[in-house]
Amino acid sequence: MEARPFSDTSFDRFLDEEKLMGSRCDTCGALFVPPRPLCIACGGSEMEWVKMRGTGTLRAFTCIAVGPPAMRQEGYGRARPYCTGVVELDEGCRVVARIEDVNTNDPQTISIGMPVTVMFLHRGEGPDKTTYLAFKPAEGSEP
Amino acid sequence: MQKKRKLGRGVAVVGVGMSKFGMFKDKDSKDHFVEAFREMTASIDKGVDPNDIDALYLGNFSNDFFTHQAHWGPIVADIIGHVPKPATRTEGACASSALAFREGVFAIASGFYDIVLVGGLEVMSMRSTEEVAEGLALATIPYEGKAAFTFPGVFGATATAYFDRYQANREHLFNVTIKSHSNARLNPRAQYRASIREIMDSKIDRARKKGMEVPTWADEKEFLRDPAANPVVAWPMHLFDCCPISDGASCALLVGEELAKDFTDDPLHVIGIGQGSGRGLHAKEDLTTFEATRFAAQEAYGMAGIGPTEIQLAEVHDCFSIAEIVHIEDLGFFKPGEGYKAVEEGRTRLDGPKPINTSGGLKCKGHPVGATGVAQIVEIWEQLRGEAGERQVAGGDLRVGATHNLGGTGGTCTFTILERR
Repeated sequence: MEARPFSDTSFDRFLDEEKLMGSRCDTCGALFVPPRPLCIACGGSEMEWVKMRGTGTLRAFTCIAVGPPAMRQEGYGRARPYCTGVVELDEGCRVVARIEDVNTNDPQTISIGMPVTVMFLHRGEGPDKTTYLAFKPAEGSEP
Repeated sequence: MQKKRKLGRGVAVVGVGMSKFGMFKDKDSKDHFVEAFREMTASIDKGVDPNDIDALYLGNFSNDFFTHQAHWGPIVADIIGHVPKPATRTEGACASSALAFREGVFAIASGFYDIVLVGGLEVMSMRSTEEVAEGLALATIPYEGKAAFTFPGVFGATATAYFDRYQANREHLFNVTIKSHSNARLNPRAQYRASIREIMDSKIDRARKKGMEVPTWADEKEFLRDPAANPVVAWPMHLFDCCPISDGASCALLVGEELAKDFTDDPLHVIGIGQGSGRGLHAKEDLTTFEATRFAAQEAYGMAGIGPTEIQLAEVHDCFSIAEIVHIEDLGFFKPGEGYKAVEEGRTRLDGPKPINTSGGLKCKGHPVGATGVAQIVEIWEQLRGEAGERQVAGGDLRVGATHNLGGTGGTCTFTILERR
């Protein structure tokens, strides 16, 4: 694991393995999710992989009724919007991710500040396999 | 503190032009540029010989995708008789022609060229709405794309963060939309020349003529609340929060300041010019601002030696209603969290103390993305010179105006300050 380059490709492969990974600067300790190869805080270039707990808070979202072709193929559209948003991880970094298990036909029920936990949406098989980062309302929290 | 910058040589705008924006089945990119170029040459009080133009900088985001033709610099150069002199395309997503303007300014300021044509073009209507959304999404950042964000989606998310932080709501955005429509109805080159009230009346008329149930909206806000009239695109962004799909072109002639008198006795001087870059939603420290805008504004204000209060009117990049509110805060016109109140109080209206988007903005004038940055310059030119017709800002003493152009999801932002002396 440690030998993987600090790249988007590595980030995506980790998602395939159901791991949400970031990079931490050896020099100053700054954390980046998705990973960065170069530290933009101190200029350091030595990084180490860190696994995120996968819990966080919803900071912004949207429910999209007119989506790209890939989402239309998944059955999303005007009658069934999908939610995507910005999640602040408990470790402090933010990620953009799909938001699942929320009522996208009534977005007023989705609240900023709501605790969320990670999910991994696997699509395709073999070399075509892609995993999308997603979050859902945390157990016991109001969606 | 940003370093204070200045141009090595003053630069003036001596003429501007734009095509009528809209969706045109029978006009291609060259036709639009010719229309803008003709208007530009006609706008130069003492005339210009096109053979004297040293170089062309042309902003274009993605005619490659929209029209299956790339490399528009030399194509446009050819049609205006500019070949074999140089033509350079600039790309900064929806800020592409603001970058062309900036490169033109630098080329003259350096002393290398004296007379430079800058402009932009985009033809988007050959594609379906879904395809245009896909094409524009090429200018999000990769993480946003993978999370299935669309452009309206990014600004929808910005709106939810803004609403939460400042206790604003969707109703506040209606004020932006109503104002944009009311300004655009006075702009002959705008794509949508109707107020919200006129749109309501025409829908009522149509329902009557077809014998359908006649809608009864009490006012503009009730119309905008009606999901049948104003469907959701990317909540809370609805149809009337979004700029349209547009075709069009724009251009401006820039010259060394000392040469301006050969073209006009009434040029606009480029007194501030700034550009910044930004990161995606995940890396923004504050989801309710665009750091690229703030950086560009500081650079331009620093160069001009003035602040936001001295800007008398501005065109800002209102690709979505929430964007206008965020920009007027980022540019310092209003304090953070005060933008939506300023719009509600009418302070940004044509007759308000700080008119914003007198052209109707991207929302109603139209947004052929690569043409927008210089088209904003066209509006400021007409307003400062008192040539804006029915939508002329009253008061008579207009001297300083500015344009703010945003590319992608805030990845490239520019701010340009123009002065009439």
